[in-house]
Amino acid sequence: MATTAQPGTAAKPAATLSNEEILRYSRHLIMPEVGMDGQLKLKNAKVLLIGTGGLGAPLGLYLAAAGVGRLGLVDFDVVDFTNLQRQVTFGTSDVGKPKSEAARVRLSNLNPDIQIESFETQLTSANALELFKDFDIIVDGTDNFPTRYLVNDACILLGKPNVYGSIFRFEGQVTVFGMPDGPCYRCLYPEPPPPGLVPSCAEGGVLGVLPGIVGSIQAMETIKLILGTGENLAGRLLLFDALGMKFRELKLRKNPNCPMCGTHRTITKLIDYYEFCGVRGEEAPGPSVQVPEITPRELKSRLDHGDDIFILDVREPHEYQICNLKGHLIPLGELTRRVHELDSSREIVAHCRSGKRSAEAVDFLRKVGFRKILNLKGGILAWSDEVDPSVPKY
Amino acid sequence: MTVKVMIPTPLRPYAGKRASAEFQAATVGEALGHLTKEFAELRKHLFTEEGKLRSFVNVYVNDEDIRYLAKENTPTKDGDTISIVPSIAGGVS
Repeated sequence: MATTAQPGTAAKPAATLSNEEILRYSRHLIMPEVGMDGQLKLKNAKVLLIGTGGLGAPLGLYLAAAGVGRLGLVDFDVVDFTNLQRQVTFGTSDVGKPKSEAARVRLSNLNPDIQIESFETQLTSANALELFKDFDIIVDGTDNFPTRYLVNDACILLGKPNVYGSIFRFEGQVTVFGMPDGPCYRCLYPEPPPPGLVPSCAEGGVLGVLPGIVGSIQAMETIKLILGTGENLAGRLLLFDALGMKFRELKLRKNPNCPMCGTHRTITKLIDYYEFCGVRGEEAPGPSVQVPEITPRELKSRLDHGDDIFILDVREPHEYQICNLKGHLIPLGELTRRVHELDSSREIVAHCRSGKRSAEAVDFLRKVGFRKILNLKGGILAWSDEVDPSVPKY
Repeated sequence: MTVKVMIPTPLRPYAGKRASAEFQAATVGEALGHLTKEFAELRKHLFTEEGKLRSFVNVYVNDEDIRYLAKENTPTKDGDTISIVPSIAGGVS
């Protein structure tokens, strides 16, 4: 359980370390760059982590281990089995538990001398300013555009640094926004991409070690900000390519016309970030285009009945290897040039993993004249749930 | 002038899975023109229907953002690296 070394939020700054703390942090204390002054700065620091997942895992572990005196953990999600491949704060027995609380228990065990608070809530325009105000540094480890713009805007409104990290498959971006005279997220990207144009991690996958590396860099930047030492990443965007094992750095300028941090600020309060990002609801489940569908059960009974149905699988070859319905494989990206492989006189059922990509395929094929084409509702995931549980879900 | 265009991970599926490509180009716009000619599917990810660079895609010549240079008219030198850097949001899930 968490114990609070400094009960209450209005406690006076700690001026000393206990003997036990001196022993725990001895490898910091013997470094002149940290020393007793630095360790006390860490002890008096208040850091809020937005997201306790892939990036949040190394962040939480290293910041707790380093002795950051007060850590806030914001996450509304629960631990899922597929998280364990990279979210190293959690163990198998945490599956199904709220992430923020599971992380709090784990970090309290790592360092019982610090104060850790879990906020099992979704960060919104209504609660962000209230949540942020008691912390010195905000660390952005979220996974979606609306929350990233929200974190940015709230940090700028409150004048707090925002240690930013973002990942995709085997590529990462890290920087520090919101420093005095430094750029903000909107200086870098004034607007988010429209939904559907950039794939999410759930679709694109992510190499498990990558958030470990990117989150660790965020932890390092956070500690440097607390210590006031070294050169932080404000004004520089660090790009990391894990596959090529290359770090590159781009200049990041403060945009004088930025609506959030420019000289003529036009955004003076938090807005509706889902509307701003063109998304309603969390992840816009289901297909983005409306096309005729068939449920897994219907398809099964028609196949059992001996109906002539051609199964078209629009996933990637590596997904076909995981599991398949013995369909004809044409990845969505190749459909335009391989459409001649399909016979429009036959009845076709297209499927993918969840039904989203195949909906696009059905939409495209209908536009080029296919009439007897249906989308498998819910994809191979639903097939596994409703028809054949021996088909693995991924 | 040979310039190298770095293609970011999220856009590689639309660029024949390539990580980079080299072109003869005197400006950034010319290089991106060659790129989207060779990989037609990339076009809608980089440009709006009016042919403007999308606002969530940043383009750099070496380490400088072309928005603070001459945008797509930014001249390129032999050996320059053009980076396309789209916004990515991943982190938790």
